[in-house]
Amino acid sequence: MPEDIRALSAQLAQDPQSLVFLRLAELLRQKRQLDAALRVAISGLERHPHLADAHDLYARVLTDKHDYERAFDEWDMALRIAPNHTGALKGLAFLYFKVGDVDQARAHLETALKVDPDDATLAQALEMVQQGAPPAADAAVPPVEAPVSGAEVAPLEDARVFAGLEGAEEGLLLLDPAGRVLGGALKDRHGADVTDAVAAYLAGVSQEAARTAKLLGLGSWTGLAAEGGEGNVFLKQPSPEAMLLVVRERGVPMGRLAVIANRAAQAASRWLERQV
Amino acid sequence: MTTAYSQALDRVTRVRGVRGAMLVAGDDGLVIAEQLMEGIKGPAVAALASSLATRLRRAMAAAGVGNSLFWHLQCDKGALLVVFSGSGVLVVAVAEADVNVGLVRLELLRAAEAVG
Repeated sequence: MPEDIRALSAQLAQDPQSLVFLRLAELLRQKRQLDAALRVAISGLERHPHLADAHDLYARVLTDKHDYERAFDEWDMALRIAPNHTGALKGLAFLYFKVGDVDQARAHLETALKVDPDDATLAQALEMVQQGAPPAADAAVPPVEAPVSGAEVAPLEDARVFAGLEGAEEGLLLLDPAGRVLGGALKDRHGADVTDAVAAYLAGVSQEAARTAKLLGLGSWTGLAAEGGEGNVFLKQPSPEAMLLVVRERGVPMGRLAVIANRAAQAASRWLERQV
Repeated sequence: MTTAYSQALDRVTRVRGVRGAMLVAGDDGLVIAEQLMEGIKGPAVAALASSLATRLRRAMAAAGVGNSLFWHLQCDKGALLVVFSGSGVLVVAVAEADVNVGLVRLELLRAAEAVG
C-alpha cells in the first residue's frame, strides 16, 4: 500500500469524524482504486451528510464508475447545500454535455467561472464546450471516456432512465403510447438488439388492456405478466403516458419479475417527472 | 356446448374467485364456449382478449422469449388470465383481484390440454 494512502487511512481510523476521508477517497480515486474510494466516500458521507464536498467527491467516484444517474443526484445535492460549489457545477456541466445538453453545460460552467474567475480549468472547459468538445468532470484527473458526437451521446440519455438497475441495457424498455422508445433497450438471447421491433408491437397494448379492463368492470390495469417458452415479460404503466417492459429469462419467477418491474417503474416514474 | 368443453371450463370456474371462463378462437376472437357470471359481455371480452393476445404474442416473439403460454392482466378490481392451447384456442378466466393466480393458471393449463 503506498505510504500516503496508508498514512491517510491511519489518520481516518484514529479520528473517523475527521475530514481526511475527502483526501483519502480522492487519492484512491486517482489511483483508480474505485471500489475502495467508493467505500470511503460513502462512509464519509454518512458522517457528514450536509457537507457539499462529500457529495462532490462521491459524485466524482460514481462518474468514474459510470453511474451517471446517481452522480447527477449527488452533484445536484451538493449544489443545494452550496449553490456556488464549483466542483459540482463543473461535474453537472460534464454530465449535461454527455447527454447532449450543451446549453446547460455552458450555463453551469459560466456560473462556475463567475464564482471562481481565476480557475483556469473552468475557462478551458468552457472553451472546449463552445468548440463542441467535452469538458472534464475533474480537471485534475483524466475524465472517463467522453463521447464527442451526437450519435454517441444519444444512447446514454436513454440508459439513464434505468441507471443502476439490473438489465438496464438489455431487458428494460420504456415506451410512450405510440411505441416510441423513451429509454432502456432490449436484446434477445443472441445479443441482437430487438428494441424497435418489440416497441412497435407493443404500441397500443396499454390502450387495449385499459379497454379490456373497463369492459370487464375491473377498474384500471396495474400490470401484465406473460410467460413465454423461453422467457417471461412484465408490463407496467409508470405513468399514464408511458409503458414499461421488463424481459427476463424463464428461470426468473413471475413474483421476482414483478418486484423488478416495480423497481424499474419507480425509476421510470422519477425520470419522467424530471423530463417535465 | 360439448361435454369436453363444458368439463374443461367447469374446472376453471370451480376455483374460488373465478367469475367466469371462456374458450376463444385465437385467430378471430370468437367465443367457442363460455361459462360467465351475469353481466360479463362474453363476445366483447373474447374479441379484446384475442386482440391483446395477438399483440403480446408478436411482441414476445420479437423479444426472443418464444411463444406466449400464459398471461395475466392485473387490475385493481380483478384480473384476466389467459392460456394458449396448442390448437390456437385461448382459455380465458375472469377473476377477482384476490384470486389464487397459481391455481387458476394450473386449471387453465389443464383445460387447454383437454381442449387440445
